[in-house]
Amino acid sequence: MAILNNRLTTEQYEQNFSDIHPPFETREAALVEANRCLFCYDAPCTKSCPTSINIPKFIKQITTDNLKGAAYTILDANIMGGGCSKVCPVEKLCEGACVYNLLDEPPIPIARLQRYSTEKAIAQKWPLFQRKPSVGKKVAVVGAGPAGLSCAHVLSREGVDVTIYEKESKGGGLMTYGIAAYKVTPQFCEDEVNFITSLGGITIKYDQELGRNLTLAELQAGYDAVYLGIGVGVARHLGIPGEDLEGVEDAIRFIYDIREKGYPAVPVGDKVAVIGLGMTAIDAATQAKRLGAKEVTIVYRRTQAEMPSTEVELNLAKLDGCNLIWLASPKEILGENGRVTQLICNVMELSVPDTSGRRTPVETGETITLDVDMVIKAAGQIPYEELVTNNQLTNWYGKLAINEHCETNIPGVFAGGDCVNGGKEVVDAVQAGKDGARAILKKMSERANE
Amino acid sequence: MADLSTNFLGIKSPNPYWLASAPPTDKKYNVLRAFEAGWGGVVWKTLGSQVKNVSSRYSAVDYNGTKVMGLNNIELISDRPLDINLREIAECVREFPDRAMVVSLMADNTREKWHELIAQVEDTGAHGLELNFGCPHGMTERGMGAAVGQDPEIAKMVVEWVMEKATIPVITKLTPNVHSVVPTGRASVEGGTNALSLINTIQSVTGVDLNTLVPNPYVAGKSVYGGYCGPAVKPIALKMLTTIAQDPVTSRVPISGIGGISTWKDAAEFMLLGATSVQVCTAVMKHGFRIIDDLCDGLNNWMDEKGFKTVYDFIGKSVPTITHWEDLDINYHIVANINQDKCIHCGLCYIACEDTSHQAINLTYGKPYNTYSIIENECVGCNLCKLVCPVDDCITMVEQRKGDEYLNWKEFQRRGLPLNDH
Ligand SMILES: Cc1cc2nc3c(=O)[nH]c(=O)nc-3n(C[C@H](O)[C@H](O)[C@H](O)COP(=O)(O)OP(=O)(O)OC[C@H]3O[C@@H](n4cnc5c(N)ncnc54)[C@H](O)[C@@H]3O)c2cc1C
Ligand SMILES: Cc1cc2nc3c(=O)[nH]c(=O)nc-3n(C[C@H](O)[C@H](O)[C@H](O)COP(=O)(O)O)c2cc1C
Ligand code: SF4
Ligand code: SF4
Repeated sequence: MAILNNRLTTEQYEQNFSDIHPPFETREAALVEANRCLFCYDAPCTKSCPTSINIPKFIKQITTDNLKGAAYTILDANIMGGGCSKVCPVEKLCEGACVYNLLDEPPIPIARLQRYSTEKAIAQKWPLFQRKPSVGKKVAVVGAGPAGLSCAHVLSREGVDVTIYEKESKGGGLMTYGIAAYKVTPQFCEDEVNFITSLGGITIKYDQELGRNLTLAELQAGYDAVYLGIGVGVARHLGIPGEDLEGVEDAIRFIYDIREKGYPAVPVGDKVAVIGLGMTAIDAATQAKRLGAKEVTIVYRRTQAEMPSTEVELNLAKLDGCNLIWLASPKEILGENGRVTQLICNVMELSVPDTSGRRTPVETGETITLDVDMVIKAAGQIPYEELVTNNQLTNWYGKLAINEHCETNIPGVFAGGDCVNGGKEVVDAVQAGKDGARAILKKMSERANE
Repeated sequence: MADLSTNFLGIKSPNPYWLASAPPTDKKYNVLRAFEAGWGGVVWKTLGSQVKNVSSRYSAVDYNGTKVMGLNNIELISDRPLDINLREIAECVREFPDRAMVVSLMADNTREKWHELIAQVEDTGAHGLELNFGCPHGMTERGMGAAVGQDPEIAKMVVEWVMEKATIPVITKLTPNVHSVVPTGRASVEGGTNALSLINTIQSVTGVDLNTLVPNPYVAGKSVYGGYCGPAVKPIALKMLTTIAQDPVTSRVPISGIGGISTWKDAAEFMLLGATSVQVCTAVMKHGFRIIDDLCDGLNNWMDEKGFKTVYDFIGKSVPTITHWEDLDINYHIVANINQDKCIHCGLCYIACEDTSHQAINLTYGKPYNTYSIIENECVGCNLCKLVCPVDDCITMVEQRKGDEYLNWKEFQRRGLPLNDH
């Protein structure tokens, strides 16, 4: 057993990481589906979209060959509507609510239709939005992820000048660095960021990290408001013996490397255990498999009923041939010569539901042992607790606390996205960015009227 | 198994389905294929003076992704030499003697020309003639087609010329490009026609190409009005058919119904409103002759379910149910009812009633699904919600009479009963 890179040929890598949601090939194909849409009133799909995209409207616009109108309808509500069409877990959002489900008919492929119009808008750089004349206000945004970009776009449309400070060298946040390569390509992420900034009035300063070469005080002094969209950091520590052994990897780091270094460069074990069952765990497991791992086993301490990932995501892992062990909680990682050789798990059972209604797993006293040479930790991510605490920002285990106006305990400092909610989806972060921008605009206009 | 065969003035066919006079019937090759497929008869593409066609010739109206809801053409009558047509007609009659062979005619506007053409056609052994008084384009400019059908006097005169000569049954085909088909229908019956058929195509412009800005169909930068047919014209054809079936003069002769017939249901409706045979054009131009299978099969099953042994058991049965507005029963009242188990919460009924009808549907907010219910007091029983609901039988209209007795508008007024207060 060994951890190796370069396991596959170029063609194999390409095939394994090709788009899992292929787009419509032709206008006719898109129209067959678009014409199925009933054009519901007060539509359940729209209500189930965190950014409230007017879905029946944009689908109707596709049927009338008004693709520009469709793209505007989508992107006006969700500036990352292009990316969202590729990464959203639509089965639990818009498509899950489509009334066709109630007829036991396949729902309208909303995401694919959304992709159909936004992909053209981004590829052909349609100038859909115009900035209002500058209002002479400046806002600093920290983090060029979905939350930050969405906030910046709304603000800039209203004539506010925005500067985004980003610690990495590319924009897009986890969209660029975290989400599985078979959902979005790095090129698409870059194009999407460029499409957003093409509005004007948004400057992204890369390699600028709050807490390293940038302070909150500087930003507060130099801008009318600050928006924090810094997301969450590395994978949660398991707090079990053996976590420092060679071969124990952080899922975020592992996925980041796939996106950053390219498939052949990323080493993967023969027998891989993935701990956790969220989106990140699924992505890590499937991508480990697609990089050439012989055996991938997902270990989850609860049951399918409690899993955070959706059925569709789980099936993705199953189809890739990943094994699943339910009710198994990591107890210890064993190694030889400093390298991982085994993962020992406590066998769990579910107790009575807790206050949130979720049944807590408790140990049965039995254990199981897996022979592995790599362990990927994906049991949730840790917020930037130290950073926010050092800046006197009220937080809950690192998750920023905000009021109903998206404002932190420090007046003029706003926040949203994963850094507030602890890690949800791209679409939630986009909505948080919109809410933040509106709150900032409101506060600015209130101040102007004082 | 019901008996689908028809006898139209002695013209027999194994089923009531004839192909209308049009490209599907303009040569032996097509007609033999149609007969092999099972069509009951054909009306051969109109023969007459020599013409030349242009290209392009057709355009269509699509609706919500469905192609050819309506078809438009600027073709003329047969552009093939007459002698070839006549020879092929004779060959078809010989190969399929059990099928109806009617030949459509449109001679130049003289008695002699008509007589000459009729003699030539009768020599083929054809079973009947159809007079094309309906072609809305190209021929009218020469005083033929709709130009004849639009003027009852001229129509009557031409029918009289024809009847002097013809020894086989004559069907006169009416144009819908008139305010009412009845005057020409009556004139033709008075002129002696043995039967009527309707409708021919309706003058139309199907649309304008938004790139070239020239309407369709496009002929070297120009277009002309064409004749419209296909599913879109069915309701208009049915109405015209009914006026002919109800008129005391025109109802004396059998009718061949035409216009937008695509399914056995359409055919049954035409027959219920008075047609003895039906003719089909656009549906086969879109799908080919193979649709005849379900046209027969579906009609047969429906007749069995209804207990109709022959087509004569139901031809014209619905004609008396179309009455005058003044005779409708004002005490008849229905209200909508939503079956909550079937409802898929699309909100279409709500927005239709709220924006455009009587605000009779209540919306109870839910995420993601709202609940909709009828406010019976406000419902006027217009049917709109039921029509837009995507789920069959989800909205039903329930009878809630306003009074036990039959009450029409005249009586209502006479008694000075109150009008609506909203
Ligand atoms: C493996 C994985 C798979 C996922 N898959 C999906 C999926 O399929 N679909 C989906 O909808 N969501 C998915 N998500 C979740 C989604 O990526 C996030 O919810 C979303 O990106 C959050 O946006 P954000 O802007 O709040 O944070 P982020 O995307 O994390 O962006 C934060 C940005 O801030 C920058 N930053 C951080 N700290 C600093 C600092 N101190 N100074 C300057 N800049 C800083 C970061 O570099 C980053 O660019 C996935 C997440 C992971 C980890
Ligand atoms: C291309 C085309 C050509 C037609 N040519 C004739 C014709 O020569 N003579 C005629 O009486 N009717 C002609 N018609 C009218 C049809 O016979 C028929 O009356 C009309 O199409 C309505 O029927 P439908 O809705 O089934 O098509 C033509 C129709 C089409 C589409
Ligand atoms: S029948 Fe007409 S008035 Fe009554 S609820 Fe339906 S749409 Fe409204
Ligand atoms: S139109 Fe029909 S399915 Fe839709 S909400 Fe109304 S009753 Fe329900």
